[in-house]
Amino acid sequence: MLVAAGYFNLESLWFLLIAVLWIGYFFLEGFDFGVGMLYPILGRDEAEKRALLGTILPVWDGYEVWLLVAGGATFAAFPAWYASLFSGFYLALFLILLALIVRGVAIEYRNKHTGAVWRRRWDVAMPVASALTALLWGVAFANIVHGIPLDARGDYTGGLLDLLNGYAILGGLTVLAAFTLHGALFLSLRTRGELEERARRAALLLWPPTAALLIAFLVWTAIDAASTSAKQIVVLVLAGATLAAGASAWPLAWLRRMGMAFAATGAAIVLFVATLFLWLYPEVLVSSTEGVASPTIFTTSSSHYTLVAMTIVAIVFVPIVLLYQAWAFWVFRARLGREDFEEVKNPLDLLGRTPLGRKT
Amino acid sequence: VGKGAGDRREGFGVIASAALELARWQFAVTTVYHFLFVPVTIGLAWFVAGMQLAWYRTQNERYLRMTRFFGKLFLINFALGVVTGIVQEFQFGMNWSEYSRYVGDIFGAPLAIEGLAAFFLESTFLGLWIFGWDRLAPKVHLAMIWLVAFGTTASAYFILAANSWMQNPVGYKKVGDHAEMTSLGKVFFQELQITHFFHTIAASLLTAGLIVLAVSAYWLRRNRDVELFGGAAKAALVVTLFSSAAVIVVGHFQAQILTDKQPMKMAAAEALYETSSPAPLSLFAVGPWERHPKRTDIDIKLPHALSVLATNSWSGEIKGINQVQSEYRERYGPGDYTPIVGSTYWTWRIMVGIGFLAFFFSLLGLWLVRRGRGLERSRRFTWWAYVFLAMPFVANIAGWLFTEMGRQPWIVQGLLLTRDAVSPRVGVASVALTLAGFTAVYAILAAVEGWLMARAVKHGPEDTVPAAAPGAPLPPLVY
Repeated sequence: MLVAAGYFNLESLWFLLIAVLWIGYFFLEGFDFGVGMLYPILGRDEAEKRALLGTILPVWDGYEVWLLVAGGATFAAFPAWYASLFSGFYLALFLILLALIVRGVAIEYRNKHTGAVWRRRWDVAMPVASALTALLWGVAFANIVHGIPLDARGDYTGGLLDLLNGYAILGGLTVLAAFTLHGALFLSLRTRGELEERARRAALLLWPPTAALLIAFLVWTAIDAASTSAKQIVVLVLAGATLAAGASAWPLAWLRRMGMAFAATGAAIVLFVATLFLWLYPEVLVSSTEGVASPTIFTTSSSHYTLVAMTIVAIVFVPIVLLYQAWAFWVFRARLGREDFEEVKNPLDLLGRTPLGRKT
Repeated sequence: VGKGAGDRREGFGVIASAALELARWQFAVTTVYHFLFVPVTIGLAWFVAGMQLAWYRTQNERYLRMTRFFGKLFLINFALGVVTGIVQEFQFGMNWSEYSRYVGDIFGAPLAIEGLAAFFLESTFLGLWIFGWDRLAPKVHLAMIWLVAFGTTASAYFILAANSWMQNPVGYKKVGDHAEMTSLGKVFFQELQITHFFHTIAASLLTAGLIVLAVSAYWLRRNRDVELFGGAAKAALVVTLFSSAAVIVVGHFQAQILTDKQPMKMAAAEALYETSSPAPLSLFAVGPWERHPKRTDIDIKLPHALSVLATNSWSGEIKGINQVQSEYRERYGPGDYTPIVGSTYWTWRIMVGIGFLAFFFSLLGLWLVRRGRGLERSRRFTWWAYVFLAMPFVANIAGWLFTEMGRQPWIVQGLLLTRDAVSPRVGVASVALTLAGFTAVYAILAAVEGWLMARAVKHGPEDTVPAAAPGAPLPPLVY
């Protein structure tokens, strides 16, 4: 479609790649955030909590790198976008950074000491940090597409409170709810027995509020985006597809087709982020200031040389990364249950397991 | 920098300069903190990879316990390196948006490549290593930790290429109000970068060596697992000896390059005001407590030594601060181009001094363990091993303060001034808030991490693992 519209160029390619990195980040870390919020609630004792958390422990760090690479790619390919975005969303990003720090430390340190108080504290820190991050990413992206006050140089002229408008808060809550649902479905896929069933019931309960928020946000977006240009029609089609994918999660979960249900919320996240990025394209931020043009991929991009060099690097490394991350996902495919984590007095107790983590 | 930024700054005046100072403090605090963990990660990764290789080759259970014990320390440290690293990447855009606009075309590339080629590698394979003990074949599992070590080292290469470019910009051209890359090869492989990289990796191995030594000393002093920790201590001494030698030798060549590329930094490092031929090496100097003292009160010098070290000739000419200052004024216009002389002089000496101390200390240690005599009997040496635990951290911090403060007032040598690089629209209150926030959270995390580390060290290695037999699955490391 981009080629047909005469849009194909390196700037568009890098915009697409950055969109793909954000899509990857939200798809993969989306369920990590969901698990982070749900494990203290769904896990009724220590062994269950550890089983739930164990589903993301080996992989979360690799998924967070998607964010780092999205940031780095924006810096390399669109320096002026990176500069405006990161300095403009200053305090929001500060809060996100603090939340990401707390979350990372919570995941890594929680199980390194057995004290009850120690674990209880991390069990509070982790869901709060996960929820805050999910919420703020939603707020940030809603603001990017909806428009923020900018000066002629592309610097943000508002404050933190200007970012907390109705549309952005709705976007934040939508993302928060969607990640929680996505996480519940992920857990139902990666656990077994009682935990699997509990995660499935949680997903069924989480679906109605998520659907309501998603519909409200997409309708608002559709009204904003409504026009007869070819691009906006594709945006509306994508928004509709997002809804359809999200909607199918409930019946699939009800029918116990958990793999399909997880794929449905996954597809909804992919389509949702794609909707926002396509709506934005070819702008990179939307200026709400009278007389100030929105910066675009062409006004913010790096030189041709840099884009070509980075394209070659991406062509070499992206497929390799996808291959080994998929392999890691496959290595840890085993479902986990509470009996895998019942208090281990001696690490040797764990030896009776098959390579897939079940007791023989 | 474009005219717009300049106009706006005039309106803010004092407040803008306060915001600049706070942004610099924030960069210093977050970067120094981040770099407490980075060299430990890089150095310990190679140690643990080596230990696991030894186990794989010999099937000696001692090496397995060693791997898992030091692996645990490695993981506790790794987590903080990761979470504080995110701040580093975001910070350029948040506090230094004018810098990002000006140099992003060049500077962004190594950052993006670092994520793509190194961060993915280390994080994904570290997860596989921690949790893959019972799921991967031993040979594949061994490959995981080697890939992690390789990934951490590659990551250092990319970020140091970005930093080397700030010290000595190459492979670029100025286009309007920003710089554009003309050669990625030059950015990645300039001479300064090669020495910068090997110097940092050697310093990382030195840091890890002294950590392994101190931890081993703790158990040797208690006469427990003497065979295991005696072996670890000996390996640590060998690594420390070679890496400190490498730090000194590479550092020497690095300083020669810097004398050529950043004459002001090196003149300040020697408190050398007047251009001299031959130039003496200052061993100990004290001057008035000022930003740019005009004289030194005490200055003990070694004649000819600086000329010999910096130019390989008995009477080579070394430019003094005053001459470089007037040259720069001619080339770049009026202004003060001298860094704070006292801090540059002393951070340089602390770094170099500790490098030499570590060399002689490890030499002494190896002499003590010659022909199989154990360190467990050298109580004085093992006590000093505790003292030497702190030294590499002091040296690492001093080294970076020297590198970055010695470049001031430039953020990119000769190209962009630090005061023109800061985000123009981020207010002083915002920077103050984030500086306070990061400092507070980092302080808490330091306490938590230190406590966990001390606890893991005191807990000691796992007891005998009978399943060390070939082919038997092993439990995941910690969880």
